[in-house]
Amino acid sequence: MAKFPLGDLINQAVAWIMTTWGDPLSAFSKNFDKFIVGFHHILAILPWWLFIIIIVILALKTSGWKLALGSAIGLLIIYNLELWPDFLDTVVLVLVSAFISVLFGIPLGIIAGKSKGFHRIVTPVLDVMQTMPSFVYLIPALMFFGLGNFAAIFATIIFAMPPVIKLTDLGIRQVPVDLIEVGEAFGSNPWQLLFNIQLPIALPTIMAGLNQTMMLSLSMVVITAMIGAGGLGAGVLYAISQMNIGMGFENGIAVVILAIILDRLTQSIAHSKK
Amino acid sequence: MEEKLIVKNLIKIFGQNPDKDLQMMRKGFSKEEILKETNQTVAINNVNFTVKQGELFVLMGLSGSGKSTILRCLNRLIEPTSGEIFIDGTDINKLNAKEIRKFRQEKMAMVFQQFSLLPHRTILSNIAYGLEVQKVPRKERERKAQEYIKLVGLCGWENKYPHELSGGMKQRVGLARALTNGSDILLMDEAFSALDPLIREEMQCELITLQQKLKKTIVFITHDLNEALKLGDRIAFLRDGKLIQVGTPKEMLTNPADDYIKKFLHSVDKSNFLTIKDIMKTPSFVFGLNDEIKLALEKMKQRNINNVFIEDQNGKFEGILTSEQACEAYNKGITKISMIKLVRCPTITENIFVKNSIGEFIESESIAAVVNNSQKLVGSVFSRDIISALINEQGGGKDG
Repeated sequence: MAKFPLGDLINQAVAWIMTTWGDPLSAFSKNFDKFIVGFHHILAILPWWLFIIIIVILALKTSGWKLALGSAIGLLIIYNLELWPDFLDTVVLVLVSAFISVLFGIPLGIIAGKSKGFHRIVTPVLDVMQTMPSFVYLIPALMFFGLGNFAAIFATIIFAMPPVIKLTDLGIRQVPVDLIEVGEAFGSNPWQLLFNIQLPIALPTIMAGLNQTMMLSLSMVVITAMIGAGGLGAGVLYAISQMNIGMGFENGIAVVILAIILDRLTQSIAHSKK
Repeated sequence: MEEKLIVKNLIKIFGQNPDKDLQMMRKGFSKEEILKETNQTVAINNVNFTVKQGELFVLMGLSGSGKSTILRCLNRLIEPTSGEIFIDGTDINKLNAKEIRKFRQEKMAMVFQQFSLLPHRTILSNIAYGLEVQKVPRKERERKAQEYIKLVGLCGWENKYPHELSGGMKQRVGLARALTNGSDILLMDEAFSALDPLIREEMQCELITLQQKLKKTIVFITHDLNEALKLGDRIAFLRDGKLIQVGTPKEMLTNPADDYIKKFLHSVDKSNFLTIKDIMKTPSFVFGLNDEIKLALEKMKQRNINNVFIEDQNGKFEGILTSEQACEAYNKGITKISMIKLVRCPTITENIFVKNSIGEFIESESIAAVVNNSQKLVGSVFSRDIISALINEQGGGKDG
């Protein structure tokens, strides 16, 4: 039996997109790059110690002295290893891609939670997005947007968005029927039902999704160093190419510290909201 | 009283194709036959009833009898398959989505079995929720909510969250939330079933007191006949989606429509509802103080009884004349009853509950005169009548 030309078909589709949309796409990508660089500059204006103090205060407010102390030590280690600029690069990429994921993910999750039809369509798509080896996204992202930050963010968003959609969907579905009845019995319209009852009650679940999206963003941002994203991932990649185990470890540790701080912070924000 | 709520030929069928069932029902097929044929459930089977303004109407039935479905049809949380529901003259099945929302906001509020408070809101904000939906400004709605917080006795709890409250308090919040809405119809869905017995009784009493003050039209659902009899001005008894009997608690107790209801009544503590009036005997004859002893004596012999009640000119109870006394006096030549010292006899008021009468009765003689509020004689009761009334219903074994 002849092989079904799946790969060829996809290549043709990508080629078609490239010829018809290539220029506007790369123009958009360049503009977006400026935005990222600008964001990075703003963060870079902050003295490193002020940045650390802000994080420590945030940790104190949402969690407690343990997280605050841990964050302070971790960030000081990163500064001491002279990885601060790379660290900021990675922070910007993670925040921007997580923000965009949530911006689109929560509304999509709400629609999926409210509409059975949309839920049926979107679930398999999300499964594919999550389980497809993440390197596969890198190629089209690279082709559409060229080397650089936007390609990285694009690939990251595709990889990181599913949890926030799925958990928003789940959260909305799990709102107890009797509470929906309360809303309806008192004459709420669908928007009032959503904002007064469904979203607040689904919030802890949605926050869990946001936390996962944040974590996945971070892991993907490191990988996207392969298509020209800067930051700690680039350091790791360079260390691999140089067989420099020590340098790889330094960058790796910085990623771990960032991951732990982001994870604990978003979790404690979720709990303090409750 | 004005008719507030009229339900006509209400039918609800759960399933994809209710039309087929409707046709079968019109042809007279039973619920079981329809379920077999179409695999659809007839939840409400042609139900008719009316609720009057200011009435506490109880829908009573076991689970699966369709009572919750009927309640939800009243505010269209469930769409009826066919039939009409008039509330203040409006057929609510004809309202569109926007109109029904407005209708729910203004006309009826609901109290839920599991309290169903919003866990992320304070008690105050839970209670004000109905007004918030209606876009009443915050100050105004919180002022109103405060009023009802006071009414249900939750002062000081305004800023707590639902998980900090006990079950009884939660349902007070549920009640206050429904009342704050200001609508004149309350739908109460097994409102007290989830509470433990002592708290339940307390809440029932409180509802009765509130109802005397507020005079709402209440449709109350329960599976507990004791509760139904205690609360209801009238009770509708449901079975398998059909209405078997509608009537006042007393009508239910004294004249149950069929064996199913009779069986139910066995488990009921009737002494809670029976008053002395229900078990007393009307005396076959009563004599006045000015009557002749001879006449009384003859009557007693005739009927083979050994005492009669005596009242004064105004019908006020005076005492008992025994046949012994009468004989003795007659032999001495006394003619008028008023000239004899009558035997004193305990009196008992007609509207006292049987349950409460036993304490004061058991120590006294075997017969008591039943009087009304103005001390006029209305009947007599023997202590054995009271005891048998109490035993009958607790043993529940013997069929009436």
